[in-house]
Amino acid sequence: MEAGGDTAAPAPGVVEDLEDMRIPSEQTEDHGGVHPGPPDPEDGGLEETGSTAKDQPPSLSPLPQSEAPSSTCQLWGPGAPESSPMGSPESGSGGQGGDPTDEDWRSQRKHVFVLSEAGKPIYSRYGSVEALSATMGVMTALVSFVQSAGDAIRAIYAEDHKLVFLQQGPLLLVAVSRTPQSAAQLRGELLAVHAQIVSTLTRASVARIFAHKQNYDLRRLLAGSERTLDRLLDSVEQDPGALLLGAVRCVPLARPMRDALGALLRRCTAPGLALSVLAVGGRLITAAQERNVLAECRLDPADLQLLLDWVGAPAFAAGEAWAPVCLPRFNPDGFFYAYVARLDAMPVCLLLLGTQRETFHAMAACRRLVEDGMRALGAMRALGEAVSFSNAPSGNAPAYSVQAVGAPGLRHFLYKPLDIPDHHRQLPQFTSPELEAPYSREEERQRLSDLYHRLHARLHSASRPLRLIYHVAEKETLLAWVTSKFELYTCLSPLVTKAGAILVVTKLLRWVRKEEDRLFIRYPPKYSTPPATSADQAPHNGLFTGL
Amino acid sequence: MAQAHGTPPPRADPGQPCVFKLVLLGSGSVGKSSLALRYVKDDFRSILPTVGCAFFTKVVEVGASSLKLEIWDTAGQEKFHSVCHLYFRGANAALLVYDVTKKESFHKAQQWLRDLEKEFRPGEVVVMLVGNKIDLSEEREVTFEEGKEFAESNRLLFMETSAKLNHQVSEAFSAVARELSQRGGGEGQAPGRDAAVVLNEGPTRRARCCAH
Repeated sequence: MEAGGDTAAPAPGVVEDLEDMRIPSEQTEDHGGVHPGPPDPEDGGLEETGSTAKDQPPSLSPLPQSEAPSSTCQLWGPGAPESSPMGSPESGSGGQGGDPTDEDWRSQRKHVFVLSEAGKPIYSRYGSVEALSATMGVMTALVSFVQSAGDAIRAIYAEDHKLVFLQQGPLLLVAVSRTPQSAAQLRGELLAVHAQIVSTLTRASVARIFAHKQNYDLRRLLAGSERTLDRLLDSVEQDPGALLLGAVRCVPLARPMRDALGALLRRCTAPGLALSVLAVGGRLITAAQERNVLAECRLDPADLQLLLDWVGAPAFAAGEAWAPVCLPRFNPDGFFYAYVARLDAMPVCLLLLGTQRETFHAMAACRRLVEDGMRALGAMRALGEAVSFSNAPSGNAPAYSVQAVGAPGLRHFLYKPLDIPDHHRQLPQFTSPELEAPYSREEERQRLSDLYHRLHARLHSASRPLRLIYHVAEKETLLAWVTSKFELYTCLSPLVTKAGAILVVTKLLRWVRKEEDRLFIRYPPKYSTPPATSADQAPHNGLFTGL
Repeated sequence: MAQAHGTPPPRADPGQPCVFKLVLLGSGSVGKSSLALRYVKDDFRSILPTVGCAFFTKVVEVGASSLKLEIWDTAGQEKFHSVCHLYFRGANAALLVYDVTKKESFHKAQQWLRDLEKEFRPGEVVVMLVGNKIDLSEEREVTFEEGKEFAESNRLLFMETSAKLNHQVSEAFSAVARELSQRGGGEGQAPGRDAAVVLNEGPTRRARCCAH
């Protein structure tokens, strides 16, 4: 399906500066957020292998446009003959099981592939990996050709396609996209995919496997993880925020309740327990980090997000689970052992992360303590409202509707505070309301996600960063604004005027300030405690030295 | 290690059922979790592959006495085998599950049996071979006779089930429970034992895995 706003044509809406907004910002004209002409310098050409002319986009993608003269193919790789499925799509006859020739496959907006250095397919977001060996072969050829010149390929820009390459140890990750995502954003996505793989296998074991047998079929070990990767990639398009902003989403909750839950988690301990997390539907309620185990090592938000995505998986719906998990940012080579259980048959999920592999029953006992404590606090009822939001929106429900802001014309927003006290910075958070009509269907959510990505790319452009963008798109108007205090993306009705938009944003900011304590974890338990003395660190834990 | 906690008068307290540990083994997507879920919660849904191990408990009545089954549902995926082996230890019973529509899963179940035999003395654990998914009779690749024959030649209990249709599921678990109580539950775990006991058995042998 062709989503609107996907093409390089400027958006039909009138794009103007936001002159009368009293903001000290560089006001830059924004032509619909797209770059129909010469690409942004940082966005342009072959990033590191700049030998190829920019105006001669290599047409190596397996997607429809690849009929274009493939002269660059020759230039690029002797390993990529013209008869390859990438170079000549017409060679296939319909969809005879060969995926790259299949229309459906080709019309996908974004492909993500993972392959081994030897070119062995490991993961493809769409289609079956088997059918893609030839395609993957071409990718390997590209990478090794550039490598042979002592360089590394990072991205190829071909018409409306971006091909982003990421080499991580023996794994090669490739994104082929015609979404408006920038190469940097795509790279972030590939890193998240890689982190997901590492979290189930560890970097060390991946390296060991391939050192031992170069053409090992890693799919054997990743069986079952493909769905997790699919979900991760879907979330980028369907519920943007976490990956884009590098922040976790919190369940809105009254501060006394959250503090009480944090204190409860700190009280309930077990041998080797390193981290306890309470979450609901991939959103954080609160977390507590054990000082004596994780002493000076801060939990990276990306790791926390990974855990939140992981425990949100339907696989954890029943029983109590005990599974090894690796936190790639913390230590990509070691495993933690995770106890995961739903509390009181509710979607509320407790994750207890420990360093010892044989402490299941101790963790289970700890969970009972947490459960009892939560019952005593009446927390289940408060959180129950978070879960039932979609059925019965209520005024003070933990999850919230955009209506709560009381700013007519405001449809959706992402707000990430940047003014959190210094020692809390290790827990970047953002908040956003539920996606409601008109963003209830897949295409609409995709469109909104595209717009957010586009604005984000402009705000964070390495060469020409902007502070404020007012963007009139076809079906909505957006305003993105970054200051030293926050980063904000708002989506407004298409009919809003500039003055109206300012009013809405002002209202929103006022509302966020008022609700701050409820929307964010202002004082994350134990994250805030600076490590006491490094002397009481637990050196017994082989995990940290096992590199 | 069972002595680790002070007062375990086995089967002294009639109110406390005897605890037995049961593991579900088999290759990926043969229906281990579905069997567990059907048995424990009488529920069936398409579930994603199990991550690591999932743990359930269920109290079963066998005649006049009741016993508590601790069910360890292991992941079929290869990557989790290192953790799952851990849960072999101290097991009193094992269900070797295969998918009757997949010959390979039947072979794999035989492989699991060999693994079990390496860890246990003969007769130490109650083993049942379970052919699941008989609702898919048209795609059947392993006949009832094949399963039965293999089970008999290895002196295993045998049953064919359908977790989807709730066919023979609780019967299978009950048969195992009966067998366990007949073999003299005294050898089972002491009632109300501390949970860590089983897992503390022989931690030394696995320790090397951490050194990745």
